[in-house]
Amino acid sequence: MTMALPERAKALLLSLVLLATFLGIWEMATPGSKSGGQLSEYEMLSGGGAQQARVPPPSQIFEKAVDELSKPFYDNGPNDKGIGIQLAYSLYRVLTGYFLAALIAIPVGFLIGMSPLFYKALDPFIQVLRPISPLAWMPLALFVIQDSQASAIFVIFICSIWPMLINTAFGVANVRKDWINVAKTHELGALRTAFQVILPAAAPTILTGMRISIGIAWLVIVAAEMLVGGTGIGYYVWNEWNNLDLTAVIFSILMIGVVGMMLDAAFAFVQRSVQFQE
Amino acid sequence: MTKPFIEITGLTKRYPAPKGGEPLTVFEDANFGIEKGEFVCIIGHSGCGKSTIMNILAGLDTPTTGGIIMGGKEIAGPSLDRGVVFQNYSLLPWLSALKNVTFGVRARHPEWTREQVVEHSQKYLKMVGLTDGAEHRKPSQLSGGMRQRVSIARAFAIQPQLLLLDEPFGALDALTRGTIQDELIRIWSATEQTVFMITHDVDEAILLSDRILLMTNGPYARVAESVVVDINRPRNRAEIIHEPAYYKIRNHLVEFLARRSKELAGQQNGRESAGAPPKTVRPGLSEAEEPERRPAGRPQLVSLAG
Ligand SMILES: Nc1ncnc2c1ncn2[C@@H]1O[C@H](COP(=O)(O)OP(=O)(O)O)[C@@H](O)[C@H]1O
Ligand SMILES: [Mg+2]
Repeated sequence: MTMALPERAKALLLSLVLLATFLGIWEMATPGSKSGGQLSEYEMLSGGGAQQARVPPPSQIFEKAVDELSKPFYDNGPNDKGIGIQLAYSLYRVLTGYFLAALIAIPVGFLIGMSPLFYKALDPFIQVLRPISPLAWMPLALFVIQDSQASAIFVIFICSIWPMLINTAFGVANVRKDWINVAKTHELGALRTAFQVILPAAAPTILTGMRISIGIAWLVIVAAEMLVGGTGIGYYVWNEWNNLDLTAVIFSILMIGVVGMMLDAAFAFVQRSVQFQE
Repeated sequence: MTKPFIEITGLTKRYPAPKGGEPLTVFEDANFGIEKGEFVCIIGHSGCGKSTIMNILAGLDTPTTGGIIMGGKEIAGPSLDRGVVFQNYSLLPWLSALKNVTFGVRARHPEWTREQVVEHSQKYLKMVGLTDGAEHRKPSQLSGGMRQRVSIARAFAIQPQLLLLDEPFGALDALTRGTIQDELIRIWSATEQTVFMITHDVDEAILLSDRILLMTNGPYARVAESVVVDINRPRNRAEIIHEPAYYKIRNHLVEFLARRSKELAGQQNGRESAGAPPKTVRPGLSEAEEPERRPAGRPQLVSLAG
């Protein structure tokens, strides 16, 4: 008596089976042990941690997750903060750098998209600056800005600006001529044409750029915080690695994935809301 | 003779030569007028420059030489005085049908309140038969015919002095085309709008217009003839085919498109004909062309033949 399941339910079922199989094999392959977090200072110093530094089984990571997520915002000094606080720091940097980038990329992208002259004039700069790894800016940023926090934000700014700039320019330049003509025949001024016709017409393309940018920014923040240190999820991963707490490392890797997914989902939602069908 | 409401003189469109090629003269020396309240159609083979003429009238394109004077003023750039119904409807796809119309009305009457704008727009949507919630749908959720209706409502709602229509029914099936044509006649007779319309359908042209301009093939296309449609209004599709004038006009048009548009093509205007308006022909008036085969009756068709 097999009931025909909808495609969605089948896919979900298959996902769960795959997950269970994967976790089962993993669990079997790694016999449970005391988690790294429970090592005493002495054990760690005496190298006891080294023996513990093997991949923990999923059950242990699950325990860790329940524990960490039950008290996400505790703060016991610089090296011991809740995962929520660390993620909040990272999100703060990502969003600050990202929105500063949007503030510049979208108007400049508009300008480039509208004016072939500006496009030609700015294109060489964009072509040279765009392929530079955002982390390559870090030393220069640290030297010029003299502040590690601001430098991390700058790195996010510089990595998220390009997809937004290029997509905005592309979206604006490719607005159907017919729609511009509609604006013209209705005697709309430049500003009203920009807001009532070009912006809604280019919005799906612009949002695609914004979605790509937020993805890149979230990738880069982890690396940037590993370099800068202090706070944030990137620093947390690095710090736990130095503590040889692989359970925490894997847990935080998962958290990076989950937050990244949520950011993407949020932008996908906005993207859908500006999408239109021709 | 008084000057017509719209006067087109010496209109020529030339595109500069591409690398290693000749410059392209799409059409040259177009001279014609349009009276206030007149419905004028222009017919010609594809590529002869009809859309270009219309875009110049709309102010979206500029002629190489010549100019257009409307109501005593030279046309320079687009204006709300000239409403355009584009061939592909050109509705803004992210706005509902109603919002597409209010978009135009708001531009025309910035001083109006929201309620006034919506009320006025609804009135025109109703006129084209878009009601009962259809006006809140996006263009993608409307059929081709409904989209074209919205586009017509948008153009009529701004009450322009001149309405320009570029093959407005080209993409519609015959049945839908028929109903919208009927609606267009109805709205046109109620508003006394001046209309300039491009079409490739001779029956549509005869049904709708007072006068039909015929263009020869491009390049060097010319507006060769101005055919007066001597058929009384109101007209309707079912009865017009019983008018004797109907077939005379129709044959004249078909003959032009099939044969003479080609024969006359590419002829550059001689000195003596430069600046001359197209020849006016009235095939609907029997005595003008075929005096011996004049049908009896229908006194209303007899008028001062030109
Ligand atoms: N930008 C352009 N450069 C060169 N030729 C053009 C350009 N735009 C249109 N044309 C030419 O002008 C001619 C007239 O086009 P159009 O006005 O659209 O014709 P129609 O509407 O009568 O079919 C066409 O042959 C087309 O190839
Ligand atoms: Mg055309």
